[in-house]
Amino acid sequence: MSHARILRGCLIALAGFLACARAYAIDPTQMPTPELQARYQGLTHELRCVQCQDEAISDSPAGIASDLRGEVRDMLLAGKSDQDVRNFMLARYGDFVLFRPRFVLKNAWLWLAPWALLVVGGLVAWRVVRKRAELVAADNEPLPDDGSP
Amino acid sequence: MINRFLIPVVVFALLAVVLAIGIVHSPDKGIIPSPLIGKPAPPFSLPSLTDATRTVSSGALRGRWYLLNVWGSWCGTCREEHGMLLQVRQSGLVPLIGLDWKDDDAQALGYLQQGGNPYQEIAADRTGRVAIDWGVYAAPESFLVNPEGIVVYKCMGELTPEIWQKEILPRLTKAQASTS
Repeated sequence: MSHARILRGCLIALAGFLACARAYAIDPTQMPTPELQARYQGLTHELRCVQCQDEAISDSPAGIASDLRGEVRDMLLAGKSDQDVRNFMLARYGDFVLFRPRFVLKNAWLWLAPWALLVVGGLVAWRVVRKRAELVAADNEPLPDDGSP
Repeated sequence: MINRFLIPVVVFALLAVVLAIGIVHSPDKGIIPSPLIGKPAPPFSLPSLTDATRTVSSGALRGRWYLLNVWGSWCGTCREEHGMLLQVRQSGLVPLIGLDWKDDDAQALGYLQQGGNPYQEIAADRTGRVAIDWGVYAAPESFLVNPEGIVVYKCMGELTPEIWQKEILPRLTKAQASTS
């Protein structure tokens, strides 16, 4: 078999896979404009599926995820803003549905704790380094000549 | 200068507190707290499952306690709680309003004919649109609504005799005691 034929076979197989990938995607929704499609994709990726809980509604085959995708689609088609969609989900399912938590009082620690830990870690590192520098400074007498070369 | 042995002890104590909070809350894993508690029940108006000429609406339910039970003939856990629901009906303490969620009417009616009908009224939510308004994500779910139309409690999953005793009954009797 010639190389050209093998290559052609591979390309046909690849084309077949690519064609199937669309059909197997969980969410076949097509929005009328690329701009709406991008917003739809963004929202369905940042809203968490309430039933399966570790997936976004865009990736979940659960019935409720498909219903919620339908809500997102209908709200966007009705001219609602992204924030309207988030607020709609928030009012029904609570903070749980947002993969990106809001910065509100009860969530503040989520956002602030990493920075607080960074500050604490920085202070500890600074102290350790300074102490070592002091040790070196206190002990900078030249070593007695022990006669080694 | 702080005692150097104090630091690990304090760090350990903090860690113990964090882990204890996790352990205490572990039974709630996977349960999404409802943002509806203390808020007005989402309004709805749906056709009745049992009588196509009637509608079941939240407005008509104002002025009395009710327990909205979300179920479906396709739902396995609903079958398990069915006996408990029949007991609730028999007790006559609070009317059960069924929300038949994304179900086939004929199958739902067959299910009730077989197992008995614990509901005073059943709203047929064929599209699941009303269930979304109530923040439903997995049947069964039960919402206790007071006469002012405020959701006071949500039971996620099977309504067990323990939950009835510990969570629902006290709320009903406390309310009756305060009005009499």
